[in-house]
Order: sequence, then structure tokens, then C-alpha cells
Amino acid sequence: MSQRSGQQYAGYRMIESDLIKELTWALLAMTVLVLLLAALFSSPDDPTFTAQEVAVREPALLVHTALDALDGQGAIASYGPPYNHGTGQLQALGPLSPQRWAGVTIPVNAAQVFVLGPLERMVPLDPALASPLARLRSAPASTRARWESAYAAALPHARMAGERIVVPTAAAGPLPALMNAYLALARTGALESIINLNGRVYQTDFTRALLLLQGQPLQSVAAQAHLLGNEWGMMKEPGNYPGAVWLWFYTLLYQIPPYSTSSAGDLMVGLTVGIVTLILALVPWIPGLRDIPYLVPVYRIIWRRHYAETSQPPPSAHGHDG
Amino acid sequence: MTWTRTVRQWLQTEIPYEDLLPDELPAYVDSYVYLFGVLTLSAFVLLVASGIWLAMAGPQWWHVSGVGHFVNSIHFWSVQAFFFFMVLHLWAQFFMAAWRHGRGANWVTGVLLFVVSILAAFTGFLSQQNFDSQWIALQGKDAFNGLGVGSFFNLLNFGQMYGFHVVVLPLVLALLIAVHIFLVRSKGVVTPIEPEARPQKGDEPR
Repeated sequence: MSQRSGQQYAGYRMIESDLIKELTWALLAMTVLVLLLAALFSSPDDPTFTAQEVAVREPALLVHTALDALDGQGAIASYGPPYNHGTGQLQALGPLSPQRWAGVTIPVNAAQVFVLGPLERMVPLDPALASPLARLRSAPASTRARWESAYAAALPHARMAGERIVVPTAAAGPLPALMNAYLALARTGALESIINLNGRVYQTDFTRALLLLQGQPLQSVAAQAHLLGNEWGMMKEPGNYPGAVWLWFYTLLYQIPPYSTSSAGDLMVGLTVGIVTLILALVPWIPGLRDIPYLVPVYRIIWRRHYAETSQPPPSAHGHDG
Repeated sequence: MTWTRTVRQWLQTEIPYEDLLPDELPAYVDSYVYLFGVLTLSAFVLLVASGIWLAMAGPQWWHVSGVGHFVNSIHFWSVQAFFFFMVLHLWAQFFMAAWRHGRGANWVTGVLLFVVSILAAFTGFLSQQNFDSQWIALQGKDAFNGLGVGSFFNLLNFGQMYGFHVVVLPLVLALLIAVHIFLVRSKGVVTPIEPEARPQKGDEPR
């Protein structure tokens, strides 16, 4: 023991300690515990949710998603920064809007990226697509809006004829042909890969492909698994596995007003969590908070043997506390 | 005075060799509560070991291999154990007011470790390449976008999240753990609060 430690612990009974042995046993015990848990309970690994799955199970939902991207009403089409200049998900508290300040840094034109781009890449394989695509592109905005509107209105009454979706309207211009081609493409399982094409072989950024199913398709799957944000979703794992329990405070905020009701809920949660974390880091310097351990004397349980041994007042050498 | 000599003398002052690995400690540390820190560290060792195995085999391996899935399960349960014991350690240190007598930096590095660990676990969830990753990325992106950092820390960019998870954050964690343990050994274990005590002069964390 150094001279400094000798002074620091003066008046306290010393015992032999073996930190290396303690660490070794702790590591061994932890290894056994974790191996047991891994062997008994395994770990969750639900496969990714794909456009192919939606195309097969709920073709109308995928068509609806594509239509939303085309007419600019989809979750991403109207999102706002960093993807585009929409305002659907733009968050601001008065003049405070870091999202707006950061600007559009990952541009996503939903109609082009999610629908028209992939269909254009299919033209060499399906030349019949060229004509409806050209018709849509050359149509005035008002005509295109009329087609989209007519198609959207008739979509709830759609029926399947084999693998084709039949939407009962004659006023949707080239949309029926385009949507059936889109469904066929999604059914192959290649839609996400085509959306993600970047002209290079290697790819590690799946932003665009992942954004495709944002909105109703993924929400409905998550809702079935009780993983939605208003159901403590951020701290849950699929199935009966423990999730990120340590996010309880962050997740809690999403359950209560004003966080759960504000259009700037995420911004408010982020700022609150930041402030609370700062307070936690500064607890030792905050009167009131730093007094809690003295008021809730858990320390008497932790050091109960010390207190039992030393019923006499402590020596003045280390009497800062009393 | 050379830089080397300055550093050596600083180390000798801050942490004398005998205090780095002491073989004598005050009797009041003889409690299970003092094991929470070392158990957290043990879970971190297992996390790094299983993480290295998973990284060496590549991020897809554990989806297609039974052994890979088992190693992933070890990683998964190590995370749970890591946070379980870390939170117990944090609460224990709080109720011991372990920041007393110049130990404020120990507390701050502990809180930093907690925050960086949350980010590390978060990027781990995002690196799984399964439904969990897909859902968490799409749900979580709104918070980061709302704070204006979504393009610098893009949850949907697997390469970026994987890099953070297997290199950047583990390095930051290891560094913070080293500083935390250095401070614990340098300052020694905090003395017990004497009953009926209230914070007063000399208690300042500084």
C-alpha cells in the first residue's frame, strides 16, 4: 500500500484483497451465466420485411404505397429534411428547428426513386412498359393528378385476376399498366436491390430501399408485434426477448403528453433526454440531487458491517462526513 | 525536464505502483455491491470476444450458421448482463454518494460510459440486418432527423452503423473504461458516509 493510500485509509481496518482473482472468478461466472442464457434462450432473428412479401400478401397495399410516392402524399414523399423539402415530418419548436437548419442532405425524390426509376430500368426487359411510362412523364401535372386521383378512389374496390390487380376505373390513364408492372417487379424480390442501385458493385448504404416500406406496410407488421412507438416499441424485441430496457426513460416520454401529441415530439424527446443526461452527469454538483443518498440511506445497508464494527464515532482524520 | 520524465512523475504521483493493483483494501469494501463494477467489466470482455468472432465471420454469417447464431446469442445475453450490472453499479455508486472527496470525474466518466454504451447497443441493433434492425432504423431515424443529425448519423446506412458498432464505439468505450478504472485506482475507494451525515465542506466532488 502506498503512503498516500495509508493516509487515506487511516483508521479503517484493512483486509487482504486479490483483485486479479476477483476479476478471474467474475469473468468465469459471467461466462457460465451467458453461455447458459444463450443455450437456453437463444436470440431473436426475424427476417427483414420485404416488398416481395407485401406484393404477394397484400398487393393492393404495395400499389397504394407506390401511388402515394407518385402523388407526393406518401410518408417519405412529404417527409422533409434530410430527404426533401416536404413538411410532413418537419419538426420545430418555435424558431428552433435543427432539422430545417440541417437541410436536404440525403435527397430522395420518392416518385422517381421508389417507382419510376425501377420501372425505367425494367424497360429493356419489358419494352411494353416504355409507352405507359412515356405517357405518364409527358402528361401535364393536372392530368397526372386526375389519373392518380381516379386510381386511388377505385383502389379499395380492386380485385386480383391471377397475379394482376384489376382496379375498376377507366380514367387512370397509364397507371393500371404501370402498377401491374410494379407488382410483378416486386414479386421477383428485386425491387429493393433496384432501388438501391448506385452504379457500383459494392453497397453498404440501404437508406433508399429501407425507406420504401416506411409507412403503412411496415407499421402494420410492427403493430401486430406490438412494436409501435406508442406501445413502448423502442425498447422491445420481437417475441418474448428482453429488449433495450435501458431506453426506458426515452421510450416513456413517447407515451405521455406533450411528447406523444406534439408534431415536434421527437425533437422534444431528444432535447429532454439530453438535458436529463446532463443533469445526471452533474449530480455531484447539484444541491438537492446530491443530497438524496443521505436522505434515502441505502448506504447503511451497503456498509452495514462497517457500521456494526464501528459503533464509536469515527476518528477525526477522516471525519469529513460527520 | 523531458516529456517522458514528466509523464512518469505524474503517473507516480497519481497512481503509485502499489495502488494500481493493491493487495490490501479497507474492510468496508467487503460487500457484494462492490462486485457490480467488475461484473460489468466481465460482461464487456465477453461482448468484445463474441463481437470479434462475429465481425471476423462477417455480418451475414450468424443468419445462416447454427454456430453463428449461438455466438450471436452470447453477444445478445452479454449485452443484457452488461447493462444489468452497469445499472446496478450506477445506482450503488449513487446511493454511496461515491463522488465525494474529489471523485467527481469518476462519476462523470461513469455517466459517459453509460451514454456511449447505449449508443453502442443501439448501433448493434441496427447492424443485425434483420427485421429488428429494419424497424428500429425506420422508427429511430425520426428522432435523429428531428435533432438535425440524421444525415451525419444515418441509421439506415448499414456501413456507417456497422463501423460505429465494431470500431468507433468499442474503442471509445475501452478508452473510457481505462480512464474510469484509472480514476478509481488513483483516488481509491470512497470512505463510508458516516450515519446522520449531511454533505458538507470536504465532500465536494471537485
